[in-house]
Amino acid sequence: MRRRAGLLRLAAVVLLLGFTWIASPALLPALAVWLAAMAVNMRLAGRTEPWMRWVVAAIFGLTVVLVWELAVRALNVPQVILPPPSAIWSSLIAKGAILRGDFVQTILKGALTGWLLGAAAAILTAVAIDRSPFLQRGLLPIGNFVAALPIVGIAPILVMWFGFDWQSKAAVVVVMVFFPILVNMMAGLAATDALQRDQMATWSAGYWQALWKLRLPAALPFLFNGLKITTTLALIGAIVAEFFGSPTQGMGFRISTSVGQLDLPLVWAEILVAAIAGTLFYGIVSLIERRATFWHPSQRS
Amino acid sequence: MRHVVPVLTVLGVIVAIWYAAAIGMNARWERDQAARAGETITWAEIVPRTMSQERPILPAPHQVGAGLWDGIAGQAVTSRRSLVWHGWVTLSATLAGFGVGTAAGMLLAVGIVHSRVMDQSVMPWAVASQTVPILAIAPMVIVVLASLGVKGLLPKAVISAWLSFFPVLVGMVAGLRSPDGMQLDLMRSWNASPSHVFWRLRLPSSLPWLFASLKVAIAAALVGTIVGELPAGATQGLGARLLSGSYYGQTVQIWAALFTAAILAAALVMLLGAVERLTLRRMGLAR
Repeated sequence: MRRRAGLLRLAAVVLLLGFTWIASPALLPALAVWLAAMAVNMRLAGRTEPWMRWVVAAIFGLTVVLVWELAVRALNVPQVILPPPSAIWSSLIAKGAILRGDFVQTILKGALTGWLLGAAAAILTAVAIDRSPFLQRGLLPIGNFVAALPIVGIAPILVMWFGFDWQSKAAVVVVMVFFPILVNMMAGLAATDALQRDQMATWSAGYWQALWKLRLPAALPFLFNGLKITTTLALIGAIVAEFFGSPTQGMGFRISTSVGQLDLPLVWAEILVAAIAGTLFYGIVSLIERRATFWHPSQRS
Repeated sequence: MRHVVPVLTVLGVIVAIWYAAAIGMNARWERDQAARAGETITWAEIVPRTMSQERPILPAPHQVGAGLWDGIAGQAVTSRRSLVWHGWVTLSATLAGFGVGTAAGMLLAVGIVHSRVMDQSVMPWAVASQTVPILAIAPMVIVVLASLGVKGLLPKAVISAWLSFFPVLVGMVAGLRSPDGMQLDLMRSWNASPSHVFWRLRLPSSLPWLFASLKVAIAAALVGTIVGELPAGATQGLGARLLSGSYYGQTVQIWAALFTAAILAAALVMLLGAVERLTLRRMGLAR
């Protein structure tokens, strides 16, 4: 059984190599790299060490980049269609100053300011309407509904109101992140059970004491869920809003103008920066979550 | 039913705030006009005028409603000014991309659940991709495909397929893994083959997860299509409508396009919700 599977696999590899030989011999190195890496990964995936998972994922990622490079070079793909990773890397190094300026303009000024303001507004709103079940019943369905809408569309309106600079981008981000965080925070404030609230009452804790000592901490896991979901939304809002008008700086501006100038390596470098920024943003929020809600079952072990 | 009154109240408050904001934001223009004509103008004169400006800073709700009604019912469906036509352009690209992306995500999820190599190679990247603003590639995809001669529906569908692919993949993998050890042991004690386990246990128990991620995916696909319609040169679709409105300061047009997009998104999510309820009820999984 095992031997037959091995033979079948070998036959498939030979067939694949043969077809590539006939169709486009230049692609053979790329294919060989791919097959070799997959063979290594098949070996490693059987191991049980926990860190092996990361090795396998890293090998896969590196293989994709290498195959991309080899295939683009072998087939002479024009740079205006798909630049090789090496060209993207050299663009990243050569235009570091531009990329840094765009990062500050879009991520720090636009996305981060908007995200902080939107989160603060959502948390305060959730606490404010917490004492009115009537308002909660009215706002919750609307919040859930709005969270599914294509809110990025308000970007042209807010660009008209707040001008081309980062203020309008921050405003778009505020609107985009407000409702997901609000809905999560409202669920979090409702997360305590009667036993815990009774305990607070027997200690004769007032509303504010109970809120501060019991219900806000209990709401934190829900709040962080909302905060994590919205990190990506914040970046998307800040970048897309720049497509509707921006100063001559910013990641969305650079992407749309560099595409027009067919400077694709710079576009890919911007996208790489956006990807790294998005992952870091999410990672930092997760790290704060681990510190703030260390007592919650989801964070243990 | 106990939600109806509060929801209507909140909606009423929102409309009231909207009218107040419209009066406040549009009043300056009326005052400037009056000052230029050398007249003085009272609030009683300003208020009705702020409701019917040609290009208001914030159109009043009834102006948006009129614009929406005119775009949907007041034009021939084939007209360039018809929101039905623009909506259809957007909807068709969204659905095409959503279908392709969902199918690809489900297939890869099946592969990942059955292959340790694929799981360890692809899954970390798929999860990490959720934190990346993928939408930023939209203008590049449009322009690159246009330079290859591919225009119209296809480039937008590529973007929405890409955006709906990852949520479906991650949700479907979680769903296919949701049967616990006891259920899998039971299948083994019945001497079930791997394909039996898949069709009779894994696939049915993945459906609640699948529907949850489908709702996320269709909303993402719609946003992807609209953003795909933004790069210069696009003349069709709700995104192009938003962009041309922002170029020419036609605020009523922007708001009408925005509400059309919202109606479309709500209809798609509600449709999926209805399919979900029907399916889960038939399978006895309804909560």
